[in-house]
Amino acid sequence: MPTIEVGGKNYETDEEGYLINLGEWNEEVGAYLAIEEKVEMTPSHWEVVNFLREYYNDYQIAPAIRVLTKAIGKKLGAEKGNSKYLYELFPYGPAKQACKIAGLPKPTGCI
Amino acid sequence: MLHIVNKSPFENQTLDSCLRVAGNAEGAAILLTEDAVFAASKGNSNESKIKAVMGKVKVYALWPDVEARGMQDRVIEGIKMVDYGGFVDLVAEHSNCQSWL
Amino acid sequence: MGAEMTEATGGIDFEDEEASGVVKKFMFVNRKAPYGTIYALEALEVVLISAAFDQDVSLAFLDDGVYQIIKGQHTKAIDVKNFSPTYRALEGYDIEKLYVEKESLDQRGLTEDDLLVDVQVMSSAEMAKMMSEQDIVISF
Repeated sequence: MPTIEVGGKNYETDEEGYLINLGEWNEEVGAYLAIEEKVEMTPSHWEVVNFLREYYNDYQIAPAIRVLTKAIGKKLGAEKGNSKYLYELFPYGPAKQACKIAGLPKPTGCI
Repeated sequence: MLHIVNKSPFENQTLDSCLRVAGNAEGAAILLTEDAVFAASKGNSNESKIKAVMGKVKVYALWPDVEARGMQDRVIEGIKMVDYGGFVDLVAEHSNCQSWL
Repeated sequence: MGAEMTEATGGIDFEDEEASGVVKKFMFVNRKAPYGTIYALEALEVVLISAAFDQDVSLAFLDDGVYQIIKGQHTKAIDVKNFSPTYRALEGYDIEKLYVEKESLDQRGLTEDDLLVDVQVMSSAEMAKMMSEQDIVISF
Protein backbone atom coordinates (compact mmCIF):
# COMPACT_ATOMS: atom_id res chain seq x y z
CA MET A 1 0.00 0.00 0.00
CA PRO A 2 1.35 3.48 -0.84
CA THR A 3 2.38 5.70 2.03
CA ILE A 4 3.15 9.38 2.46
CA GLU A 5 5.62 10.75 4.97
CA VAL A 6 4.64 13.85 6.90
CA GLY A 7 6.62 15.20 9.86
CA GLY A 8 8.63 12.00 10.15
CA LYS A 9 5.53 9.77 10.33
CA ASN A 10 4.17 7.45 7.62
CA TYR A 11 0.53 7.45 6.59
CA GLU A 12 -1.12 4.83 4.38
CA THR A 13 -3.08 5.94 1.32
CA ASP A 14 -4.96 4.12 -1.42
CA GLU A 15 -3.79 4.06 -5.04
CA GLU A 16 -5.44 7.40 -5.70
CA GLY A 17 -3.84 9.06 -2.68
CA TYR A 18 -6.82 9.05 -0.31
CA LEU A 19 -5.84 8.58 3.32
CA ILE A 20 -6.73 5.09 4.57
CA ASN A 21 -7.19 5.90 8.23
CA LEU A 22 -9.36 8.96 8.70
CA GLY A 23 -8.45 9.08 12.39
CA GLU A 24 -4.77 9.72 11.59
CA TRP A 25 -5.55 13.02 9.88
CA ASN A 26 -4.24 16.31 11.23
CA GLU A 27 -3.79 19.74 9.67
CA GLU A 28 -0.20 18.98 8.79
CA VAL A 29 -1.30 15.94 6.80
CA GLY A 30 -4.06 18.03 5.20
CA ALA A 31 -1.52 20.67 4.20
CA TYR A 32 0.75 17.98 2.70
CA LEU A 33 -2.14 16.46 0.69
CA ALA A 34 -3.04 19.98 -0.51
CA ILE A 35 0.49 20.48 -1.86
CA GLU A 36 0.21 17.15 -3.70
CA GLU A 37 -3.08 18.41 -5.20
CA LYS A 38 -1.41 21.74 -6.07
CA VAL A 39 -4.00 23.61 -4.02
CA GLU A 40 -2.82 26.67 -2.13
CA MET A 41 -4.76 26.56 1.11
CA THR A 42 -6.48 29.72 2.36
CA PRO A 43 -8.94 30.12 5.26
CA SER A 44 -11.75 29.59 2.70
CA HIS A 45 -10.21 26.27 1.69
CA TRP A 46 -9.87 25.17 5.31
CA GLU A 47 -13.46 26.17 5.94
CA VAL A 48 -14.63 23.69 3.30
CA VAL A 49 -12.20 20.99 4.44
CA ASN A 50 -13.33 21.36 8.03
CA PHE A 51 -16.95 21.33 6.92
CA LEU A 52 -16.35 18.03 5.11
CA ARG A 53 -14.74 16.53 8.20
CA GLU A 54 -17.69 17.58 10.30
CA TYR A 55 -20.12 16.18 7.73
CA TYR A 56 -18.24 12.89 7.69
CA ASN A 57 -18.16 12.77 11.45
CA ASP A 58 -21.93 13.27 11.56
CA TYR A 59 -22.97 10.95 8.74
CA GLN A 60 -20.04 8.59 8.06
CA ILE A 61 -20.00 9.38 4.34
CA ALA A 62 -18.47 12.00 2.11
CA PRO A 63 -21.35 13.95 0.57
CA ALA A 64 -22.15 13.96 -3.12
CA ILE A 65 -21.31 17.34 -4.67
CA ARG A 66 -24.96 18.40 -4.96
CA VAL A 67 -25.49 17.60 -1.30
CA LEU A 68 -22.26 19.35 -0.31
CA THR A 69 -23.15 22.61 -2.05
CA LYS A 70 -26.60 22.62 -0.48
CA ALA A 71 -25.27 21.90 3.00
CA ILE A 72 -22.50 24.50 2.70
CA GLY A 73 -25.02 27.10 1.56
CA LYS A 74 -27.06 26.36 4.64
CA LYS A 75 -24.13 26.48 7.04
CA LEU A 76 -21.76 29.07 5.55
CA GLY A 77 -24.09 31.27 3.52
CA ALA A 78 -25.74 31.19 0.11
CA GLU A 79 -22.80 32.91 -1.62
CA LYS A 80 -20.70 29.84 -0.82
CA GLY A 81 -23.38 27.24 -1.48
CA ASN A 82 -22.79 26.79 -5.18
CA SER A 83 -20.51 24.67 -7.26
CA LYS A 84 -18.86 27.71 -8.87
CA TYR A 85 -17.47 28.81 -5.51
CA LEU A 86 -16.28 25.32 -4.66
CA TYR A 87 -14.70 24.73 -8.05
CA GLU A 88 -12.83 28.03 -7.75
CA LEU A 89 -11.32 26.77 -4.52
CA PHE A 90 -10.77 23.21 -5.78
CA PRO A 91 -10.46 23.39 -9.58
CA TYR A 92 -10.16 19.63 -10.09
CA GLY A 93 -13.40 18.96 -8.24
CA PRO A 94 -14.36 19.60 -4.63
CA ALA A 95 -15.29 15.96 -4.16
CA LYS A 96 -11.95 14.73 -5.40
CA GLN A 97 -9.64 17.39 -3.99
CA ALA A 98 -11.33 18.69 -0.85
CA CYS A 99 -12.24 15.19 0.34
CA LYS A 100 -8.71 14.00 -0.25
CA ILE A 101 -7.24 16.95 1.65
CA ALA A 102 -9.76 16.36 4.45
CA GLY A 103 -8.59 12.76 4.72
CA LEU A 104 -11.96 11.34 3.68
CA PRO A 105 -12.61 8.42 1.35
CA LYS A 106 -13.72 9.21 -2.18
CA PRO A 107 -17.44 10.10 -2.14
CA THR A 108 -20.03 7.55 -3.26
CA GLY A 109 -21.42 8.36 -6.66
CA CYS A 110 -19.19 11.37 -7.10
CA ILE A 111 -18.73 12.93 -10.50
CA MET B 1 -48.41 -6.67 -7.95
CA LEU B 2 -46.63 -10.01 -8.23
CA HIS B 3 -44.85 -11.24 -5.11
CA ILE B 4 -42.23 -13.95 -5.53
CA VAL B 5 -40.94 -16.13 -2.69
CA ASN B 6 -38.12 -18.63 -3.21
CA LYS B 7 -37.16 -19.90 0.24
CA SER B 8 -38.62 -22.76 2.28
CA PRO B 9 -40.99 -21.59 5.02
CA PHE B 10 -39.06 -23.94 7.31
CA GLU B 11 -35.82 -22.07 6.64
CA ASN B 12 -36.89 -18.49 7.34
CA GLN B 13 -39.88 -16.22 7.90
CA THR B 14 -40.02 -14.72 4.42
CA LEU B 15 -43.24 -16.46 3.42
CA ASP B 16 -44.92 -15.23 6.61
CA SER B 17 -43.81 -11.69 5.87
CA CYS B 18 -45.01 -11.89 2.30
CA LEU B 19 -48.41 -13.27 3.34
CA ARG B 20 -48.74 -10.64 6.06
CA VAL B 21 -48.09 -7.78 3.64
CA ALA B 22 -49.49 -9.07 0.37
CA GLY B 23 -52.06 -11.60 1.57
CA ASN B 24 -54.91 -9.15 1.60
CA ALA B 25 -53.74 -6.71 -1.05
CA GLU B 26 -55.83 -5.66 -4.01
CA GLY B 27 -54.66 -7.23 -7.27
CA ALA B 28 -51.85 -9.16 -5.64
CA ALA B 29 -50.53 -12.54 -6.74
CA ILE B 30 -48.01 -14.74 -4.99
CA LEU B 31 -45.68 -17.08 -6.85
CA LEU B 32 -43.81 -19.79 -4.98
CA THR B 33 -40.55 -20.89 -6.60
CA GLU B 34 -37.55 -23.01 -5.68
CA ASP B 35 -37.71 -24.18 -2.03
CA ALA B 36 -40.79 -22.06 -1.37
CA VAL B 37 -42.85 -24.70 -3.21
CA PHE B 38 -42.76 -26.81 -0.04
CA ALA B 39 -45.28 -24.30 1.33
CA ALA B 40 -47.65 -25.42 -1.43
CA SER B 41 -47.81 -29.00 -0.20
CA LYS B 42 -50.81 -30.55 1.57
CA GLY B 43 -50.35 -31.18 5.26
CA ASN B 44 -47.42 -28.83 5.75
CA SER B 45 -47.84 -26.55 8.74
CA ASN B 46 -48.25 -23.48 6.51
CA GLU B 47 -51.24 -24.91 4.65
CA SER B 48 -53.85 -22.98 6.60
CA LYS B 49 -51.99 -19.70 6.13
CA ILE B 50 -51.79 -20.28 2.38
CA LYS B 51 -55.46 -21.24 2.19
CA ALA B 52 -56.43 -18.18 4.21
CA VAL B 53 -55.05 -15.80 1.58
CA MET B 54 -56.27 -17.77 -1.42
CA GLY B 55 -59.72 -16.20 -1.27
CA LYS B 56 -58.24 -12.77 -1.72
CA VAL B 57 -55.10 -13.21 -3.82
CA LYS B 58 -54.02 -15.70 -6.45
CA VAL B 59 -51.36 -18.20 -5.43
CA TYR B 60 -49.12 -19.88 -8.00
CA ALA B 61 -46.27 -22.37 -7.80
CA LEU B 62 -43.58 -23.00 -10.38
CA TRP B 63 -44.23 -26.50 -11.71
CA PRO B 64 -40.64 -27.44 -12.61
CA ASP B 65 -39.63 -26.68 -9.00
CA VAL B 66 -42.64 -28.57 -7.62
CA GLU B 67 -41.86 -31.61 -9.73
CA ALA B 68 -38.13 -31.50 -9.05
CA ARG B 69 -38.85 -31.74 -5.34
CA GLY B 70 -41.40 -34.56 -5.68
CA MET B 71 -44.27 -32.39 -4.51
CA GLN B 72 -46.42 -32.85 -7.63
CA ASP B 73 -49.00 -35.16 -6.04
CA ARG B 74 -49.37 -33.18 -2.84
CA VAL B 75 -50.15 -29.69 -4.08
CA ILE B 76 -52.85 -27.87 -2.14
CA GLU B 77 -56.01 -27.56 -4.24
CA GLY B 78 -56.50 -24.15 -5.75
CA ILE B 79 -52.82 -23.33 -6.14
CA LYS B 80 -52.22 -22.76 -9.83
CA MET B 81 -49.23 -24.29 -11.56
CA VAL B 82 -47.15 -22.30 -14.03
CA ASP B 83 -44.21 -23.33 -16.18
CA TYR B 84 -41.38 -20.97 -17.11
CA GLY B 85 -43.48 -19.38 -19.85
CA GLY B 86 -46.27 -18.86 -17.35
CA PHE B 87 -43.78 -17.26 -14.96
CA VAL B 88 -42.86 -14.75 -17.66
CA ASP B 89 -46.55 -14.12 -18.39
CA LEU B 90 -47.20 -13.40 -14.69
CA VAL B 91 -44.37 -10.87 -14.57
CA ALA B 92 -45.66 -9.23 -17.73
CA GLU B 93 -49.31 -9.18 -16.59
CA HIS B 94 -48.59 -7.39 -13.32
CA SER B 95 -47.64 -3.72 -13.08
CA ASN B 96 -44.62 -4.54 -10.91
CA CYS B 97 -43.10 -7.31 -8.86
CA GLN B 98 -41.22 -7.84 -5.64
CA SER B 99 -38.85 -10.72 -4.97
CA TRP B 100 -38.90 -11.41 -1.26
CA LEU B 101 -35.29 -12.23 -0.44
CA MET C 1 -24.88 -3.76 -27.14
CA GLY C 2 -27.87 -1.53 -26.46
CA ALA C 3 -30.12 -4.50 -25.86
CA GLU C 4 -27.60 -6.10 -23.52
CA MET C 5 -27.32 -2.94 -21.47
CA THR C 6 -31.05 -2.76 -21.04
CA GLU C 7 -31.15 -6.35 -19.91
CA ALA C 8 -28.30 -5.83 -17.44
CA THR C 9 -30.14 -2.97 -15.75
CA GLY C 10 -33.43 -4.86 -15.55
CA GLY C 11 -34.93 -3.10 -18.52
CA ILE C 12 -34.21 0.33 -17.11
CA ASP C 13 -32.41 2.56 -19.54
CA PHE C 14 -31.27 5.37 -17.28
CA GLU C 15 -29.98 7.64 -20.03
CA ASP C 16 -33.22 7.56 -21.97
CA GLU C 17 -35.25 8.16 -18.83
CA GLU C 18 -33.15 11.14 -17.97
CA ALA C 19 -33.30 12.55 -21.46
CA SER C 20 -37.08 12.35 -21.52
CA GLY C 21 -37.35 13.62 -17.95
CA VAL C 22 -39.47 10.67 -16.82
CA VAL C 23 -39.44 10.25 -13.05
CA LYS C 24 -40.14 6.74 -11.85
CA LYS C 25 -41.08 5.57 -8.41
CA PHE C 26 -38.34 3.40 -6.94
CA MET C 27 -38.75 1.57 -3.66
CA PHE C 28 -35.88 -0.12 -1.87
CA VAL C 29 -37.16 -2.80 0.48
CA ASN C 30 -34.95 -3.53 3.48
CA ARG C 31 -35.65 -6.75 5.34
CA LYS C 32 -32.27 -7.71 6.83
CA ALA C 33 -30.48 -6.69 10.03
CA PRO C 34 -27.42 -4.50 9.50
CA TYR C 35 -24.22 -6.37 10.42
CA GLY C 36 -24.88 -10.10 10.03
CA THR C 37 -24.98 -9.82 6.25
CA ILE C 38 -23.92 -7.22 3.69
CA TYR C 39 -27.47 -6.55 2.40
CA ALA C 40 -28.21 -3.45 4.50
CA LEU C 41 -24.99 -1.65 3.63
CA GLU C 42 -25.28 -2.55 -0.04
CA ALA C 43 -28.84 -1.25 -0.10
CA LEU C 44 -27.78 2.00 1.51
CA GLU C 45 -25.03 2.52 -1.07
CA VAL C 46 -27.42 1.86 -3.93
CA VAL C 47 -29.91 4.29 -2.41
CA LEU C 48 -27.26 7.02 -2.14
CA ILE C 49 -26.25 6.50 -5.75
CA SER C 50 -29.88 6.45 -6.88
CA ALA C 51 -30.24 9.99 -5.50
CA ALA C 52 -28.06 11.24 -8.38
CA PHE C 53 -30.71 10.16 -10.92
CA ASP C 54 -33.44 12.49 -9.62
CA GLN C 55 -35.99 9.73 -9.30
CA ASP C 56 -38.81 9.36 -6.78
CA VAL C 57 -37.03 7.17 -4.22
CA SER C 58 -38.48 5.61 -1.11
CA LEU C 59 -37.19 3.12 1.44
CA ALA C 60 -39.28 0.49 3.19
CA PHE C 61 -38.17 -1.22 6.38
CA LEU C 62 -39.79 -4.54 7.26
CA ASP C 63 -38.88 -7.52 9.41
CA ASP C 64 -35.27 -7.39 10.65
CA GLY C 65 -34.74 -4.42 8.33
CA VAL C 66 -36.11 -2.19 11.09
CA TYR C 67 -32.96 -2.96 13.09
CA GLN C 68 -30.99 -0.98 10.50
CA ILE C 69 -32.38 2.29 11.83
CA ILE C 70 -32.48 1.58 15.53
CA LYS C 71 -30.82 4.10 17.84
CA GLY C 72 -27.71 3.33 19.85
CA GLN C 73 -25.62 1.24 17.44
CA HIS C 74 -21.98 1.01 18.57
CA THR C 75 -19.85 -1.20 16.35
CA LYS C 76 -16.35 -0.40 17.54
CA ALA C 77 -15.89 -3.71 19.31
CA ILE C 78 -16.87 -5.79 16.26
CA ASP C 79 -14.55 -3.67 14.09
CA VAL C 80 -17.21 -2.95 11.48
CA LYS C 81 -18.15 0.52 10.30
CA ASN C 82 -21.27 1.86 12.01
CA PHE C 83 -23.25 3.09 9.03
CA SER C 84 -26.40 3.93 10.96
CA PRO C 85 -25.60 7.70 11.02
CA THR C 86 -25.74 7.66 7.23
CA TYR C 87 -29.52 7.14 7.28
CA ARG C 88 -29.73 10.60 8.81
CA ALA C 89 -27.90 11.99 5.75
CA LEU C 90 -30.66 10.79 3.41
CA GLU C 91 -32.72 13.91 4.02
CA GLY C 92 -29.88 15.99 2.57
CA TYR C 93 -30.02 13.75 -0.50
CA ASP C 94 -33.75 14.59 -0.81
CA ILE C 95 -34.70 11.07 0.14
CA GLU C 96 -37.40 11.67 2.68
CA LYS C 97 -39.82 8.82 2.15
CA LEU C 98 -38.94 6.25 4.78
CA TYR C 99 -41.69 3.74 5.50
CA VAL C 100 -41.71 1.30 8.39
CA GLU C 101 -44.16 -1.53 8.84
CA LYS C 102 -45.83 -1.37 12.25
CA GLU C 103 -46.21 -5.13 12.59
CA SER C 104 -42.42 -5.56 12.25
CA LEU C 105 -41.84 -3.01 15.02
CA ASP C 106 -44.48 -4.65 17.23
CA GLN C 107 -42.99 -8.13 16.79
CA ARG C 108 -39.65 -6.78 18.00
CA GLY C 109 -40.94 -4.72 20.91
CA LEU C 110 -39.97 -1.48 19.19
CA THR C 111 -41.72 1.83 18.61
CA GLU C 112 -41.08 4.82 16.37
CA ASP C 113 -39.19 6.46 19.26
CA ASP C 114 -36.53 3.76 19.04
CA LEU C 115 -35.62 4.82 15.49
CA LEU C 116 -32.89 7.29 14.59
CA VAL C 117 -34.67 8.90 11.63
CA ASP C 118 -38.12 10.33 11.04
CA VAL C 119 -40.25 7.67 9.41
CA GLN C 120 -43.81 7.04 8.44
CA VAL C 121 -45.11 4.00 10.32
CA MET C 122 -47.81 2.09 8.50
CA SER C 123 -49.77 -1.15 8.64
CA SER C 124 -49.00 -4.20 6.49
CA ALA C 125 -51.97 -3.35 4.28
CA GLU C 126 -50.78 0.23 3.78
CA MET C 127 -47.30 -1.06 3.03
CA ALA C 128 -48.70 -3.43 0.40
CA LYS C 129 -50.51 -0.53 -1.22
CA MET C 130 -47.37 1.60 -1.16
CA MET C 131 -45.40 -1.23 -2.82
CA SER C 132 -48.00 -1.82 -5.49
CA GLU C 133 -47.88 1.85 -6.50
CA GLN C 134 -44.17 1.67 -7.37
CA ASP C 135 -42.71 1.40 -10.84
CA ILE C 136 -39.70 -0.52 -9.56
CA VAL C 137 -39.27 -2.45 -6.30
CA ILE C 138 -35.77 -3.55 -5.39
CA SER C 139 -35.35 -5.98 -2.50
CA PHE C 140 -32.46 -6.35 -0.13
